[in-house]
Amino acid sequence: MNVVRPYGDTTGDGRVQLSFTLPVPFGTETERAVAEGAALQLAAKMGLDPAMVVHAKGMGPSFTFFIVYGRVSHVVDLSAVTVASREFPVLSAAEVNMRIRSALGRELVVVGATIGTDAHTVGIDAILNVKGHAGEKGLEYYREIRVVNMGSQILVPDLVERARAEDADAVLVSQVVTQRDAHLSNTREMAAAFRSTFGQARPLLVAGGPRFDPSAAGELGVDRIFGRGTTPREVASYLAHALAPEKPV
Amino acid sequence: MTTKLNLDPALVRQVRELARQAAEPVVHLARTHTTVSVERAVLRLAGLGGADEDGMPWVNRLTDAIRETTGLEHGVALPAWDAMATGNYPDLRTLAQQAAGGQVKFRVPGGEDAAAARRAAARSVGKGLARIDQQRAARSALLRDIGDPPKPWIYLIVATGDIYEDIPQAQAAAREGADIIAVIRSTGQSLLDYVPEGATREGYAGTYATQENFRLMRAALDDVSRELGRYVRLTNYASGLCMPEIAALAGLERLDMMLNDCMYGIIFRDINPIRTFIDQRFSRQVHARAGIIINTGEDNYLTTADAVDAAHTVVVSQLLNEYFGLEAGLEDWQLGLGHAFEINPEVPDSFLLELAHALLIRELFPDAPLKYMPPTKHMTGNVFAGYLLDAFFNLCGVMTDQSILLIGMMTEGIHTPFLSDRDLALENVRYVRRAAGRLGESFRPEPDGFVARRARQVLGESAGLLERIKADGLLAAIGEGTFGVTRRPPGGGRGLDGVIERADGYWNPAIDMLEGAR
Repeated sequence: MNVVRPYGDTTGDGRVQLSFTLPVPFGTETERAVAEGAALQLAAKMGLDPAMVVHAKGMGPSFTFFIVYGRVSHVVDLSAVTVASREFPVLSAAEVNMRIRSALGRELVVVGATIGTDAHTVGIDAILNVKGHAGEKGLEYYREIRVVNMGSQILVPDLVERARAEDADAVLVSQVVTQRDAHLSNTREMAAAFRSTFGQARPLLVAGGPRFDPSAAGELGVDRIFGRGTTPREVASYLAHALAPEKPV
Repeated sequence: MTTKLNLDPALVRQVRELARQAAEPVVHLARTHTTVSVERAVLRLAGLGGADEDGMPWVNRLTDAIRETTGLEHGVALPAWDAMATGNYPDLRTLAQQAAGGQVKFRVPGGEDAAAARRAAARSVGKGLARIDQQRAARSALLRDIGDPPKPWIYLIVATGDIYEDIPQAQAAAREGADIIAVIRSTGQSLLDYVPEGATREGYAGTYATQENFRLMRAALDDVSRELGRYVRLTNYASGLCMPEIAALAGLERLDMMLNDCMYGIIFRDINPIRTFIDQRFSRQVHARAGIIINTGEDNYLTTADAVDAAHTVVVSQLLNEYFGLEAGLEDWQLGLGHAFEINPEVPDSFLLELAHALLIRELFPDAPLKYMPPTKHMTGNVFAGYLLDAFFNLCGVMTDQSILLIGMMTEGIHTPFLSDRDLALENVRYVRRAAGRLGESFRPEPDGFVARRARQVLGESAGLLERIKADGLLAAIGEGTFGVTRRPPGGGRGLDGVIERADGYWNPAIDMLEGAR
């Protein structure tokens, strides 16, 4: 067993600092005493012993902000740490661009759409628009990716045709509406159409939406599914991983 | 103009003239075309509100019905008010309901019928403009009676998705020191080709802009303004496909500032450039009338492009925004031109470069209420370093006399701000103002030192870029990715199908009155 504790200024001292807000007033002397006591109680329950409130400040009539230092009683067992695995590393925009440039020697072409009757473009726009999502720029921002965003309510044959006309490397479809499992049947229909038109040479197929199960890609006939909370950078990194593999050094 | 930077007045005149020449063909486009949203805004000014059972506003239903029959080349007003008279409808809502059911025969009237339709339309739309005038007068009275806070105004954002949650948060933010409350819109509203109706309680990362939400929030801020003894301004977004309509609603409900950029929707939302420029001109005419301060979005370019390399694109866009704004009737005090503190802190002399850029913009636009945006791109998860960077942003803001400071959050990019993040951010700006608020008057960069030279360099690069835009055309320059690195060709993007070339007999009572008033 390989055990460590937090390090303040001495090995094994277990010292940490944290800050938080409690919905308690910090006005009268009694209120202040109660507020600090409440903060210390929370710190104790979080495993800080001893703990010290080094800063408390009222914010408006009914909230108090605290900064607390203390010695944490927990230990960390490094041998028990598990790391979630993803089949690809998340890259920066510059790294994605460089990978595409060196592996393809041209722009990577992505065609995106929301298919079926689904009129929601929130998902596809969050991934494709420069504006992006969660502080990350969308795929349009990547110099080496050319994005064709077809918008919403696109018919599968039109999507297939556009992918062919643009020589798409990847097709991204977003599905938000899940009534009668429309997102699943639409995705299956789309995958079948690409299979029958392109055969083995079909573009990479990626589906995304808040209600998809990311493990169902094979069952739906697509290469990858992204679920809720996916950011543009993850999608770009996946495209680089799947279409622009790193050359062996 | 007192200058600390030794700007060449001839070059300053030249960049303004170049911006005018680059922008004029686009103004011509706006004068010769209309859009579905401009026409819907006319109906909104005439008092048509509400929506059908599917939530589609009556202004959309009526405009679509007219478009399908007579087309919109002559505008919506002549066919609509002609049908009102011939069908003896009691009000626009009834007309819209009947038209949606296909029960109304529209035509473009001629002769005395046209004159009668014009009189009736002008009367209805005039009532809307009169309400906007009353709201502007009410704002002036409140500013006088309650008090106008000193600049820089502190700008804070709320965005819960639920207007009834936003209200207490906005009031709390005002009590904590905010002079301006901005309600962020729901993600994707800019791409809706209609304005949702009523009070809304659900949104994605923001709250829908609706007339009722505007009214509720303004009333709540009026209450807290009286309590605090300073008028707290309200901001929303006149952008996206419904820019003209939202501008009209903002005027009717006394919003005080509106995000309204000439190119933001094109570049960041892939809205068609021509649609955007037409909608923008009308929305700015309304803002001019309503006494609303616009906020432009140049800060956004620096989130995609490098803040040093692209500094001159900010200045060029500001000059274009200034020209488009003044042409539409806005005055200098209404031009909240935007820029941002986004230089990589690892770059040597980054603070000096920020000072140079901020001071250049201050001197180029001495009477504009400049809006200065805090760092976002180089805010990492290290909240302690972020807090320091925000302090430098605040310092640069007070040293260069910026007018509107959006308050930076140490947790930018991590999560929506905690209550404590906002409190710490305000503590930061209060300290800087207290400690160094008057530093600007004593700060004079060496006439040929690093800061002044850098400012003059950016101005020179701006002139060069404007020359190129003038030669190629603004639409072509946007198509080539000059701003914010994205290419947006004039035939692409959303909303082009809502653009209509005006026929000879085109008539728009709102534009008539807005232009006649000048």
